[in-house]
This record gives sequence, structure tokens and C-alpha cells, in this order.
Amino acid sequence: MSALPEERRVRVAALEARGLRKNFGPAEIIRGVDLTVPKGERHAVIGPNGAGKSTLFNLISGLLLPTAGEIRLDGAPVNALPAYKINRRGLSRSFQVTNIFPKLSVWENVRCAMLWSTGEKYAFWRSVEANPEIAQRTQQVLSEINLIARKDLPAGVLTYAEQRALEIGITMAGGANVILLDEPTAGMSHAETERAVALIRRISEGRTLLIVEHDMSVVFGLADRISVLVYGEIIASGTPAEIRGNPKVREAYLGEEAH
Amino acid sequence: MSDAIATRGATTAAQTSIGRVAPWGVWIAAGLLLAGLPLVFRSGTALTMLSLMGIAIIFALSYNMLLGQTGMLSFGHAVYYGLGAYFSVHAINWAIAAKLPIPLLLMPLAGGFAGLLFAVLFGWVSTKRSGTAFAMISLGLAELVGSSSLILRSFFGGEEGVTTNRTKLLRLFDWNFGPQIQVYYLIAAWCLLSIALMYALTRTPFGRMCNAVRDNSERAQFVGYNPQVVRFIAFCLSGMFAGIAGGLASINFELANSALFSAVQSGNVLLATFIGGAGHFVGPILGAVLVTYLQNMLSDVTEVWQLYFGLMFIATVMYAPGGLAGLIMMHGPIWRAGALSKLLLAYAVLLVPIALVAVGAVLVIEMMTHLGVKAAEGTTMKMAGITFDARSWLAWALALILLLAGGGLARLAWHRVAAAWDRAQGVAREKGLTI
Amino acid sequence: MAELILISTLNGVLYGLLLFLMASGLTLIFSMMGVLNFAHASFYMLGAFLGFQISRWAGFWMALIVAPVLVGLAGAVVERFGLRNVHRHGHVAELLFTFGLAFVIEELVQIVWGKSPVDFRTPALLDFPAFTVFATNYPAYKLFMLVISIAIFVGLFVMLTRTRIGLIVQAALTHPHMVAHLGHNVPFVFMSVFGVGAALAGIAGVIAGPALVTQSSMAALLGPILFVVVVVGGLGSLQGALFASLLIGLLQTFAISINLSLSDIFAGSGFTPEPNTLLGDLWRVSVAQIAPILPYVLLILVLIFKPTGLFGNRET
Repeated sequence: MSALPEERRVRVAALEARGLRKNFGPAEIIRGVDLTVPKGERHAVIGPNGAGKSTLFNLISGLLLPTAGEIRLDGAPVNALPAYKINRRGLSRSFQVTNIFPKLSVWENVRCAMLWSTGEKYAFWRSVEANPEIAQRTQQVLSEINLIARKDLPAGVLTYAEQRALEIGITMAGGANVILLDEPTAGMSHAETERAVALIRRISEGRTLLIVEHDMSVVFGLADRISVLVYGEIIASGTPAEIRGNPKVREAYLGEEAH
Repeated sequence: MSDAIATRGATTAAQTSIGRVAPWGVWIAAGLLLAGLPLVFRSGTALTMLSLMGIAIIFALSYNMLLGQTGMLSFGHAVYYGLGAYFSVHAINWAIAAKLPIPLLLMPLAGGFAGLLFAVLFGWVSTKRSGTAFAMISLGLAELVGSSSLILRSFFGGEEGVTTNRTKLLRLFDWNFGPQIQVYYLIAAWCLLSIALMYALTRTPFGRMCNAVRDNSERAQFVGYNPQVVRFIAFCLSGMFAGIAGGLASINFELANSALFSAVQSGNVLLATFIGGAGHFVGPILGAVLVTYLQNMLSDVTEVWQLYFGLMFIATVMYAPGGLAGLIMMHGPIWRAGALSKLLLAYAVLLVPIALVAVGAVLVIEMMTHLGVKAAEGTTMKMAGITFDARSWLAWALALILLLAGGGLARLAWHRVAAAWDRAQGVAREKGLTI
Repeated sequence: MAELILISTLNGVLYGLLLFLMASGLTLIFSMMGVLNFAHASFYMLGAFLGFQISRWAGFWMALIVAPVLVGLAGAVVERFGLRNVHRHGHVAELLFTFGLAFVIEELVQIVWGKSPVDFRTPALLDFPAFTVFATNYPAYKLFMLVISIAIFVGLFVMLTRTRIGLIVQAALTHPHMVAHLGHNVPFVFMSVFGVGAALAGIAGVIAGPALVTQSSMAALLGPILFVVVVVGGLGSLQGALFASLLIGLLQTFAISINLSLSDIFAGSGFTPEPNTLLGDLWRVSVAQIAPILPYVLLILVLIFKPTGLFGNRET
């Protein structure tokens, strides 16, 4: 029986990795990862320490070159592209170790994150304040991450949790469609984590989210689907219920954590 | 860590708030100041020094576009300064020979053009690396250009250089730029224009991204920017302004020679910018003025003024890496909180032992000078009006006492100063003027 | 011709080994502390001048032992009281500190010994021709320099790879925190490595002093070439430094002996550009004249084709 035309149309995944490998000398860190994240999905990657989660992020975001395999963003291959080009195509990421602009003010940090996407680029012939839309959007992002009160302080003097919030703010300010968050709630208290999760849920509305997390309550509360990365391979991938019930996963990972 | 950032006078929100006000008043005041200076300092030497300061300001500001704004340490910035000078000199000579109706006023543009051209040429290769490698490359390029200038005698004039006559061009308002005061006004006008343009650059999207690349070039990539392009553009614009400074220098001295490319020249602008303060826009201006003044004044007083400069530089690197501007800005919140006078009192107490150490050090250095290679001329020397022999035990003992006593007292006084600082900071913190 | 090639090769290798003597200390310091010691060539100069002064009082052989020790101590003091304080301000501040130091050392040398070259003579024991190649005498002193350099390298290599100290240094090179956690006194290791690096430069100064000119401009002349060596070789790579040192040593030595210019090569073509023009200058310049800038040309070429250096792999 012939399929209906709409169903035959292939749905391009927002993010796709196939046969991804990364070696550091003789050490194989990523050993053949296949991952498909459809548009609009919130996908969590969990796994024990040393599984290669940050390496996976570094490969996808262009910080590292894969040893083998392919990475596609909206269907187009992005393997060999430098990080800034991947970012311009609509992929943005946060870092596990806070990676902000310490001497710039909070306001400036967020504003810098949207200069490229608003078309300012390398313009050195007009004021950065010429376009009122930029100030508006910066104000918006700052109120989302709850840092309006601190906007004129140099980012380096913020508290840890504030810096993590700023990190997320910088990541989303450019309006990227695919957002990668690397352990965004690491080191946060319970209350701070709840606020962060609410923020993440808000900003990932209508976008694709790939998040690495250790906090299982965050993972199970936020994710549409979960992949489990152990020793550089994905041993299971599915809905939270499927993962929770998966014996391999329980053995390899879930049994260890105390949530 | 937050204390270190807040108190070391690094580029902070202070810089952004200055920009936000954008007071035309400041520029008008600056223009009036520049116009009025010759009325106060009338002598020939003063006018020459003011002219040199104007040139040094443009050069240092252009250097800080790299160092303070974009985090690029260059040891070879004199290349663009020198090339700007040479191109200006040739442009003037060509205009004179071809009887072109171009006034002297426009000639620094030739320098700016040369600086821009060569910055584009050398810039892409230079900016392929950052950090330490970039610094070494800039050094290598400077050596390359300096040595080439001695080989290509036709353009660079060999060791004697190329001379020109600034009075032979088209006259405007009957000014032939023979007298130094007219040259001063030419330099002052270009200085004000350059300062304004370079300040405006810091307020552009490009200028903001320069700061971002300086702070965290990796993160800058992840907001869509290619750090090498940002650095390249900064390099080119910086070279252009250095070329303008060089053009003005060639007009001032009516000469361009290979000494302009020297390591001394590159080192001087680095010294001036760093001592003035690389973290604030006005830092290089302060540094340029101070270093030019000291250079001219100290070289009359002592033969080893360069040694003093080096020691001053090392002291700045070790104890005040934010430079003069950084030190001043650090006290901004305290001044606004009204707690400055008490703090200054504590500083005054520290000043005495430091003065003792300084006198002792100067004594040792000057005595060494007269005992070293100059011993052939006799070891009698004169300091502060007292004549004595550099070999006298008394003099050396005195120096030693000054150093030890001064050093010890300074250590004691330092604790008081640190305590006074904490108190003053506390007051400012209570008033919400600092964190 | 063959004689020229042989002599130039010997001299080139000698010069290259001398460069490596300094570049190896520089690379060790850089790998360990992340700071490129701008004053490294200044330690070389101090070695030469101290060697000169001591040799005037106590003979060359005493100078050969004492001068490097003094320079090494000076290096250790610089690290302990200067660099360690500046470390917290970052790499730029460290580089600037060593830049200021180089400046100050040059001024101090000028104060004590003046700006003219000093008469640092080869020791009488070695002042004879070692062998005669075709018509040229090759001085025994240069052979001595060769032997000493190679002996130092072998000693360094053995120490780094076969002794416990060497292993600790190697480990601290890449994982200083870990080594500190294991109970080793990492600040002391840093100070020692800086001191040894400086002493290496000092030895190079003592042995090069009699052969090359000993003058207060030594550091400023050799410094940039040294940095070209490490950038071309690849920052942090000892093999790269060796390769680049020999390459540049041979390149410069051979170039200096070639008196050809484009006008010589194309003499038969009848193309004679005007003497006082840009093209004329380029046409008439001999290879020997551009020999001093060849290292910088090499630098630019390497930057265009392999920016991280011949043996380098990471961005600084």
C-alpha cells in the first residue's frame, strides 16, 4: 500500500550523530555513538563520570574534530566546521565550567551573545546602541535569568549560581534553535536547581534541547527522551519510563546514584 | 577572586557607564585644554615636549587597541609607526616636487594609509596565533622590517634616513608650519581627532567583541564570532592609527630613519601604555604624557634613565598591573563614599619609607655607574649638590642603611595601609558604592 | 667549494647547537610554567660577561664552572622573588615581567662593562688549529664548544629520563598539581628548573663569549632569533627546538658565505634596474646581506603553512 505524501516526507532531525568516534592517541573516548534528536525534543544524556559526555558535547559543538563518524545539524553535515560556524547555523552551548566574560558587565555578557545573530557582526562604523532591539532583547534575557538587578556588575564578581544563570543566558541570547547545556545545575542548591529547571523549561519551549545532567530529578522532570552513555557508547535510548525500567541501565548507572 | 577583580582596577562596568553618558562636554573641554596649553607653557622646549606628548598619546592609544582592548601583546608595534613616518615623508617630498596643492594638514593620512596597508599585509599572518606566540611573531616581524629598511636604501635612505621640509607645502591661513607652535596645533588637532575616533571604536559592536575576545576567546566563538577576524580587524585599525602617529612624528622631526623601527621604540610604547594603565581608555594617555615627560627630564639628570624606566616598569608589573589609571579608578568608590582623605593619610605615612628606599636605590645605581665603565673619567660624582667619591665607604654605608631602614619601615607601614584600605572599602561597601 | 661546505656545516651545526643550548632551557621553562622567558638571552649575556670577568681574575676554566652557577643562582632568585609574585596576574604579566627584566639586565651590563665589546679571549690551552681542511684551519676551541654542547645534552637527556629528579620534572611539566599532591615541593621544582634553564643559557654565554663578540647588545641580537626558533619548532617541543635550531644555524651560516645576488645570477640577461630604486636594491642585495633576516622569513613561511610550528600541536 502506498504511503500518504505527508508521511513519506522525511522529517529532518534537528541534531544527528552517526558512528561518532573520538580517540585521544590510543585512548578511545567515544566509540561509535548514534544519536538522533528530533526538532523540539528535550533530550537528556546521562552516564557515569568519565563516560565521555563532555567530549560528546565538544564534538557536536565543534570544539573537537571527530576521529570518525558524522554529525548533522538540521540535516547538513557540520563535522569539520569550526565552532563559530556551527554556532552561526543555530547551535549554542553552555559549559560545565563556567565560561563567561569576567571583566565585562552582566549586561555586556548577554549583549555580546546576540550581536552576531542580530546582524551587527564586525561593524566598527556604528554605535552598539544604535539598534534599540538589541537593548530590548538584552533586557528580556536578563529578566528571564533574573539578573536585572546585577546588570552593571562585572560578571566575575557574581555568585556561583548567578554565574551559572548567566551562562545559560549567554547560551540562549543568540536565539539558537538547538541548545546544548552541559550540567547546568552542577553545584546548585535544591532551590536554585528548581529555579534553573523552570528557566530551562521556559527557554527550550519550541527549541531543541540536549542536556547533560547528573541530577536525576532534573533529568526525569525535564526530558522527553533520555540516552545513557557508558564508556563512550550509548547503551540505551528511550523515554524516561523505558530508561527507568531498563535493566542494563540500572546495572550500569542508576543503581549507583542516590536520588 | 572577586576582590582581586574589584580592587585591581580591571576594566569593569565603570568603562561601560562612562560610555553611556557620552558627554560632549568632555570633548569640548579637551579641545579647549589642548588649545590653551601653549599659552601656559610658552618656551620652545615646552612646546616640543607637548608636541612629542601628542604623538605619543596617539601611538599609545593605538597600541592599547591591541593590548588593553583585545588582549594582544605586541613587541613590534613600531613597524607601523615607522612605515607611517616614511610614507608621510615621501608623500610630502612628492607633493613638493610635483607642486600638488595638498596642505601639510592632510599628510598624516599618508602615514595612516601606510600603517593600515602593512597591518593588513602582515596582520593575517600575525593573527594566526594568539598569546605568547603572537608576541614572538610581532618581535620577529619588527626585526624583519627593521633589517629590511637598511637593505632597501632607495626607499628608506639607509642609516641617515629620509629628510623633508614641512614648510614647502600649500599654506592655509598663512601658516607655513615652520614655528614649533604651529606644528603643535597640527599635532593637537590630529590628537583630538584620533582620541575621539579610537574612543568611538570602543562603543561599536566590533569594539565590544574585542573586549569579549580578550576576556574569553573560546566563548566568543560560541556566540558566533571568529576570534581571528576580530583580532585581525583590531590589528589593522591599530596599525592605521600608529601610522598616523608616525606621520606626525616625521612632520615634527622633518625626518624618517630606521631608528623608528627599533626595539626601543616598540618597547617604549609598551612601557607607556602599561604604566599608564591598559585596562582603561585614558590609561595610555596618562602613560604617554608621563613617560614622555620623564624621558626628556630624566635624561638631563642622569645617564642611566633607561634603567630607572625598566625598574619602574617592573615595579608596575609586580605591584600595580592596572597601571596609573587602574590605581586611580580603584579609589573611585572610596572617593564617592567620602572616605578618601583618611586613606590618603595612611598613604602619606607609607611615602616616607618608600622615599628612603628610592633615595638609597638611586644612590647605589648612580655610584655603580661611576665605578663601572665610567671609572676612567674619575670617580667623583655629584648628587643633590653634594660632591663625593663613588668609592667612599660612607656613601655605600649610607645607601645600605637607607635601603634596609626604608625597606623595614615600609613593611611596617604597609600593614597600616592595608588596614586603612580595608576600612575605606568597608565604608564604600556600606554605602553600596562597591561590592 | 667542498672546503666551504664542510666548514660551513661545522660552523652551522655549532651555531645551531649553541642556539639549542639556550632554546632547550627556554622550552623547559615554557613547558613547565607556561611563561616564555623574554630574559633568557639576557642570562646568556650575563654568562658571557661574568665568564669574561672571572676569566680575567682566575682563568677561563674557573669561569666555565663558576659563571653558569652564578647565572643559575640569579635565575633562581628571579623566579623566587619576582616571577612567583607575578604569576597570579597571568601569563601576559609574566611575559611583561621578563621583558622588563631583560631591559634592566642590559642596562646593568652597560653600566658595569660599557657598550663596546670586551676582549674575551679563547683560553691558551685551546688556541691552536685542530685540523686543517684543504687550506683552512679549524680552531680547536670550536671543537671544544661542540664537544661541550653535546656533553651537556647527553647529560640533560640522561638526567631527565633516567633519574628520579628527572622523572619528577617531567611529571611536573604536564601535571604540576598532581605532582604537588604527591608531596613533591613543586615551587622548589619550578625554581630549580628556572635556575637550571638560566644556567644552561649562562654556559652557552661562557663558551660562546670568546668565539662570538661579547657585547651589551648580545641579548638583543640573539633574543629574537631564539624566539623564532621556539615558534618555528613548536612551542613546548624539545625535538622541535632542536630541529629548528639546527635548521636556522645551518641556514644562516651557509647564507653568510654566499655572496650572490640576483644581479649576479642574471648577469647575462642584460636586465639592469636603476641603482637607486626599490627594484634595484632588491636586485643587488646579496644572500650574505639578507642572512640575518632569513630566520624571520622562515618564521613567516612556517606561520603561513603550519601555524602551530613544525613539531607543535596545540595552540598556546
